[in-house]
Amino acid sequence: MNHRGTRDLRLDALARVEGEAALHLRVDGDTVTETRLRIYEPPRFFEALLTGRGHTEPPDITARICGICPVAYQMSACQAIENACGVTVDGPLAELRRLLYCGEWIESHTLHIHLLHAPDFLGCADVVELARRERAAVERGLRIKQTGNAILEQLGGRPIHPVNVRVGGFYRTPAPEELRPLAERLRQAREDALETVRWVAAFDFPDAVCDHDLLALRDPGRYAIDSGTPAVMAALGQAPAPREFPLSDFEQRVRQGQVPHSTALTATLDGRRHLTGPLARYAINGRWLHPVAAEAGRDAGLGDPLTGAVCDNPFRSIVVRAVEVVQAVEEALRIIDGYERPPRPAVEVQPRQGTGAGATEAPRGLLYHRYTLTEDGTLTGARIVPPTAQNQAAIEEDVRGAAQARLRSAGPAADDEELTHLCERAIRNHDPCISCAAHFLDVTVRRA
Amino acid sequence: MVTEPGPATGPRPTLAVWKFASCDGCQLTLLDCEDELLGLAERVRIDHFLEMTPVEGGGAERARLDGRGPYDLSLVEGSITTAEDAERIRHVRRISRYLVTIGACATAGGIQALRNFADVEEFLAAVYARPEYIETLETSTPISAHVPVDFELRGCPIDRRQLLEVITAHLAGRKPLISSHSVCFECKRRGTTCVTVAHGTPCLGPVTHAGCGAICPAYGRGCYGCFGPSAEPNLRSMVAELRHDGMSERDIQRVFRTFNAASPEHAPIPDLAAEERQNPTA
Repeated sequence: MNHRGTRDLRLDALARVEGEAALHLRVDGDTVTETRLRIYEPPRFFEALLTGRGHTEPPDITARICGICPVAYQMSACQAIENACGVTVDGPLAELRRLLYCGEWIESHTLHIHLLHAPDFLGCADVVELARRERAAVERGLRIKQTGNAILEQLGGRPIHPVNVRVGGFYRTPAPEELRPLAERLRQAREDALETVRWVAAFDFPDAVCDHDLLALRDPGRYAIDSGTPAVMAALGQAPAPREFPLSDFEQRVRQGQVPHSTALTATLDGRRHLTGPLARYAINGRWLHPVAAEAGRDAGLGDPLTGAVCDNPFRSIVVRAVEVVQAVEEALRIIDGYERPPRPAVEVQPRQGTGAGATEAPRGLLYHRYTLTEDGTLTGARIVPPTAQNQAAIEEDVRGAAQARLRSAGPAADDEELTHLCERAIRNHDPCISCAAHFLDVTVRRA
Repeated sequence: MVTEPGPATGPRPTLAVWKFASCDGCQLTLLDCEDELLGLAERVRIDHFLEMTPVEGGGAERARLDGRGPYDLSLVEGSITTAEDAERIRHVRRISRYLVTIGACATAGGIQALRNFADVEEFLAAVYARPEYIETLETSTPISAHVPVDFELRGCPIDRRQLLEVITAHLAGRKPLISSHSVCFECKRRGTTCVTVAHGTPCLGPVTHAGCGAICPAYGRGCYGCFGPSAEPNLRSMVAELRHDGMSERDIQRVFRTFNAASPEHAPIPDLAAEERQNPTA
């Protein structure tokens, strides 16, 4: 095989990711000259179709952007509307929301770890083949996943597009005894989740270092899920302290642009490539992990999160995700343990003219919503910045870096198949949700 | 319902899962069958399911269009919103023996079908920042508008148990046991107090297709119609009742203009809601 000339690698159907995308890589000799993650999912124009809707509708409508992380959409939407209306939901209602969100973290992360990502490390095509070789590990994963879904079903009514979430809180809150069976399952899930951390920590990880700026919510005292202020940690290796900025500045700092090869917008932070998601959260919030999760992270070789350890190898994101599952399980147990039924299932949210923003940590990264309302609650503007749109530039850079390192490594030359497979793995490291990313074109409404 | 499939006889049937414009939630429902997934994989050969497994020759040009086929059972998620997808669904039909649409997008056009209505003139004609980059059709249409469909499974999202029933029935060579009555029946079966009768909560249960298990009323919420219209819905009576329960004409329009907005059964809603304003029956 002649590797001196130019070659084009095309992967037209990325597998084991949520949604559909293609990858194009151009290699000139031993240099990668072009990397394009082409998102070809058809756009669905959510921001446009939200215009003219009522202020109570975004949680149900935006949930339909993503079947993998509907709770993230519901939570960011509720917070943005409540912010516009001058309402804060706190106390036990906020705790219940966080519990629901823990269910989604457990479910989504476990799906990614066991069904989508682990086959890469064990040389399997998919989870079916993996189950033939490591049945116990797969069954353990399915058990944890089911526990995450049980939280979503109990509290939300169903795992995908839960029905019980509303602006202001819930339609119905559970009695404490209704949550008790969940606690039993969660105690089993804690053992399973710790075993999973040990399982993935023993995988072989390719050498890689990413140098993206990191963006995550920061909520001193606890690991940010449903709350916090955006914080940036400059590119890894500089050991910088995270700098917070107010959510109201989000759209000035994180700007979205359109590229010809994608139906998704790609975003930059202060003009630089950035990464959001587990690696960013672990770096920015690691010191507030539950002791059990922190210990699991330390034992798994991620360094000591309590002293600000940063994981800069994106292939190890599977370990960070596994630690975050432990965190979500611990957090869910804590909430159930201290739960008292709130006096009312929701606080009243009277619409008023204005604009409000909300941001929460979807399993794959920071999800921002902003809405503008009229006096009667009619939406006149909507802006949604999903994590995968933010991560696209970082993913492309990781793909380039991984392919480049392999091309210049010693030993036998890499053939197209090996390179393609490596690139696919570099993409899966970030658990991209392409269904989310595809729906955010820069829509402008022109009125006659 | 068979959850632990027995030993297969003969070659395993093949299963394919296809995605068009959608949120991924309905195909995710298959991966949410935690207790049945591994058993199912023994009973059928999952040949094309990108979210779970690479397609053979995934690196080849147009691999996703040229699925190998033929497939015994194709599950189709999503609606048709691009010319390329209109072509792709015809290909999928050709290589599928039995084709089932899963969910509101594939069965009714999904929430993205809001573009099909008058509002479209406000946003679709001029929506793109860089229109030269994007190709899209003016409408979002269900799969049945393009190719013959063997069975339609409702819901936004579909119900896991119903999905298993459709697959199990197909393997057994029988018709799926899926009722087309309304959510009201499921509420009665579940023993939930009627939220409309007891609390005056507006509820689309009387005109909404069963299948979810009547979740919303059990949570004190009125049904919001995510399974689409039931068989022969009495919309005139429904609109009057919603009006009686305090919904404005605009609220009524909005609640029907969601995930199954383009269902043909919903076409009279704007007129009925306006009529109701002129001749309130309440």
